[in-house]
Amino acid sequence: MQLKESKGYEVVLSWFQSRGILPFNFQEETWTHILQSRSGIVNAPTGCGKTFSVFLGAIISFINEYPENYKTKSHNHLILLWITPLRALAKDIGRAMSEVIKELGMKWQVGIRNGDTVSTERQRQKRQMPEILIITPESLHLLLAQKNYPEIFKSLRILAVDEWHELLGSKRGVQVELAISRIAHILNTDSLYNFSVWGISATIGNLEEAKEVLVSAVLDKLSHPPVVVKARLEKLIEIESVIPDEIEKYPWAGHLGIKLVSKVIPIIEKSRTTLIFINTRGMSERWYQEILNVAPQLSGVLALHHGSIDMELRLWVEEALHLGKLKAVVCTSSLDLGVDFRPVETVIQVGSPKGVARFLQRAGRSGHQPGELSKIYFIPTHSLELMEAAALKSAMKENFIESRQPMLLCFDVLIQYLCTLAIGEGFYPDTIFKEISSTFCFREIKAEEWLQILHFITKGGEALSQYDEYRKVEIINGLFKITDKRIAMRHRLHIGTIVSDAMMKVKFLSGAYLGVIEEYFISRLNPGDVFTLAGRNLEYVMIKDMTAIVKKSNAKKAIVPSWNGGRLPLSANLGLMLRKKFNEVHPMLELQKKGKKTDIELRVLKPLFELQASLSHIPKENELLIEQIVTKDGFHLFVYPFEGRLVHEAMAALLSFRISQITPITFSFAMNDYGFELLSDQPIPVDDRNVYELFSEKGLTADIQRSVNSAEMARRKFREVAVIGGLIFQGYPGQFKKPRHLQSSAGLLFNVFAEYDPHNLLLKQAYHEVMEQQMEEQRLRNMLERIAKSKIILRFPHKLTPFCFPIKVDSMREDVSSEKLEDRVKKMLLS
Amino acid sequence: MQTPVSHKILKHQFWLTTDRTMFWEEEKALVISDLHFGKTGHFRKSGIAVPGAVYMEDLQRLITQIQYFQPDELIIVGDMFHSSTNKELELFLKWRADLSGIKIRLVRGNHDILHTDWYEGAGIEMSQQTLSRNHFHFVHDITDHKKQKNTAGKKDYTYCFSGHIHPGIRIQGSGRQSLCFPCFYFGKEFAVLPAFSRFSGVAMIDPKAEEQVFAIVNQKLIQLQ
Repeated sequence: MQLKESKGYEVVLSWFQSRGILPFNFQEETWTHILQSRSGIVNAPTGCGKTFSVFLGAIISFINEYPENYKTKSHNHLILLWITPLRALAKDIGRAMSEVIKELGMKWQVGIRNGDTVSTERQRQKRQMPEILIITPESLHLLLAQKNYPEIFKSLRILAVDEWHELLGSKRGVQVELAISRIAHILNTDSLYNFSVWGISATIGNLEEAKEVLVSAVLDKLSHPPVVVKARLEKLIEIESVIPDEIEKYPWAGHLGIKLVSKVIPIIEKSRTTLIFINTRGMSERWYQEILNVAPQLSGVLALHHGSIDMELRLWVEEALHLGKLKAVVCTSSLDLGVDFRPVETVIQVGSPKGVARFLQRAGRSGHQPGELSKIYFIPTHSLELMEAAALKSAMKENFIESRQPMLLCFDVLIQYLCTLAIGEGFYPDTIFKEISSTFCFREIKAEEWLQILHFITKGGEALSQYDEYRKVEIINGLFKITDKRIAMRHRLHIGTIVSDAMMKVKFLSGAYLGVIEEYFISRLNPGDVFTLAGRNLEYVMIKDMTAIVKKSNAKKAIVPSWNGGRLPLSANLGLMLRKKFNEVHPMLELQKKGKKTDIELRVLKPLFELQASLSHIPKENELLIEQIVTKDGFHLFVYPFEGRLVHEAMAALLSFRISQITPITFSFAMNDYGFELLSDQPIPVDDRNVYELFSEKGLTADIQRSVNSAEMARRKFREVAVIGGLIFQGYPGQFKKPRHLQSSAGLLFNVFAEYDPHNLLLKQAYHEVMEQQMEEQRLRNMLERIAKSKIILRFPHKLTPFCFPIKVDSMREDVSSEKLEDRVKKMLLS
Repeated sequence: MQTPVSHKILKHQFWLTTDRTMFWEEEKALVISDLHFGKTGHFRKSGIAVPGAVYMEDLQRLITQIQYFQPDELIIVGDMFHSSTNKELELFLKWRADLSGIKIRLVRGNHDILHTDWYEGAGIEMSQQTLSRNHFHFVHDITDHKKQKNTAGKKDYTYCFSGHIHPGIRIQGSGRQSLCFPCFYFGKEFAVLPAFSRFSGVAMIDPKAEEQVFAIVNQKLIQLQ
């Protein structure tokens, strides 16, 4: 049926007209595809009616099917399943959909199902599923843990995944893939013919791949190839850098930003509402305090929002933002996604946003309406960061946006999923193996890995034959099932893949709840120490019942918690743009004139560049700069690949290992997003004879394994894998008492597995994830390939250069040493 | 096995081993803490697939220790068993029957929740709170013990051995280096022994300057202070 001749289109179009608007082209395009039961991806920025593209498609196709009685027909079972990563979004979307349905005079119901849904509502949904169900990936898996779940999906037409770009590249995305593989296979042939899967995604570098991942499990069932519908709506974004009054020739990370607070106040004053994005929770606490110090008049209309602040307080901030009650909010990536904050007029980014996509997303939080200009101010935390603003402008012009890499072979998620199926209906391995191997994530799973997983969940891996009582999944006439009620209950409580650090609640003596904080931070405090949380100075009193008890403090000085994580590396795309930008520096310096074409950010940095050029060199895109400097601290080697902190960390370890093969030498090293430093007490034997070899890709894997303490990194990674794989019970703070005598730490489990069951799949996965994510092995490899084709410039400046200074100051030292553990300990004692 | 390290308290001779045991020469007693037998079985029974080999090795290590020191008795300062009974404990009973010549004295720990009859059947002599011998006392949790002592107002013991804490020591190096190891901890009036079980974590202690700490670093005992 042609869209424009259909009854459904007519009805929906007149609804649009009644509101004085017309559908966008991309919406009509999506509707056409939906009428043909095609699957695909809608690529549209937030706030452009992307919800209506898929949702109204479902409505139109329903009206076309029941042109006479579409208004009266009710109890239609589930037709549209809407997966969203954010609970907070569900309400808004549900409200918008219900409104349209009401105005169309239809009888459809919209239900929401997530961690907040009360049990009466769940029961009601069980009796009568609404036509539209808005759900999180976790709650969807919980549905799959129910008996008779196939009933729920039997008339499903559209499975939509909102914010697919966010889910892709995370284990929650893998959960979505698995759920799709199951749902698609319980539909009968007729229903499958009408079934389609739609993803809604912001622009990312690999949209085609995003589509492939989403539809992978249904690909062979689709009658038409899947499509990508692009909104092609120009979003106008303007970047303005806040230029410091004085450009330091020696940039010092972190200190400049807070000095610029006074320049931020006028920006806040003149906009209706401003969001101030800060990279870390610790810095956001400092900024909040500092803004209030400089502009006390903002107290009461300035709020703080980050991941460690109590949920209720955060929700309150979000609501107040929505209603336009706040003048400004200091926040972290916690506000990257989420509800539409229409009153936000201005966005301020403090420090490097680390990536193009992230920056665009943040910029898009202001002027949240099609056609409106989004304005974003950039505050550098050290002067060199101004370069990033210039690089971002170019990247945006070229639409050079990062890709999201889908995750592969996540055995922890698979183990969890199989147990989920086992507590509901149970499963037959042959059926499920076919399904999971149709997903993108597990398409390369080997038969032996599958058998190992089945063995793990039924027999518990390595065991003590006759003295073993392992019990989890049982095999009953070929059906894999969990029958033990307590094990099933515990599993249900732990469905999900978001694993946070071990957190501790923070409460006042009076009992009032403040938020949560990493356990390891509290463990380093002594009673009487003062720290800040949620913008308040608090004195630590004691730990009681796994809760940190605090009281208010008037102390002037407080420790700002340094939260783990949150230190994202510079993205490959931004790194590349940055290296390209340096090409423009040379003509600027040589021509001795203020070229109008050059970005303002580059122009103000001229004195810094002049100093760098006179002391050393400014690397062009096809050059790698290495500086060797001698100071009273020792012999420094600085390298500037501009590849982000993680790659630099791995590269520093690799390089120091390779140099130590030439001569016995010990290094300490430091790195930032631009480069890294090796420091030694003896001359470092790097010169133009061996430098290309030291940066060669040859023998990379073996050298990495010998140079990096991957065991230590894997141990840290293992916690997440072990929690998802069901080896650690986290419990829920305050809600669920940990089961007696079943507690163990991830570190301990890691040791036990490493020693007694080294071939365990979860253990292997932890190592694998370290290589992929922690070390960004692929990116490291790409970098070495690039360096092999570039010119390496070796310089010996007589003093520290502007480039090396931020690394020197913002150093995060990690010693490498090949000495034996026992010897190391002895040496440490002596020092 | 590394040669045991000598440590004297009140003129008595004690030998510390990297296998987390302590031999008391005068009394021919092997003193051990926190064996947590049956822990892997307890986890596995609840669907957590911890490798059972940890338990096998713990048992094996204990046998090796007994063969080496030829003690008359084992003094266990609590948490000999991890939880309620399971099949792994049957294996223990079998093992116990083979070594029936040795006395086992257990000071009850918070994990020792089995029925009194069970301990009797296993030939384990149980003390509820304190076991005293030759100026030495043996308790499970030193903190509890101190509290009771304070309320009783007596100061009758000279030196006390305890467990429960699973002591560990963190060693800071230059830069951000930091490593932690299980340890023997000897204070002025009491000692805390390391947990025997390899399936047990550690809790960091913060010793005073005059106290002695022996860290167990792989197969070596290193006296830190």
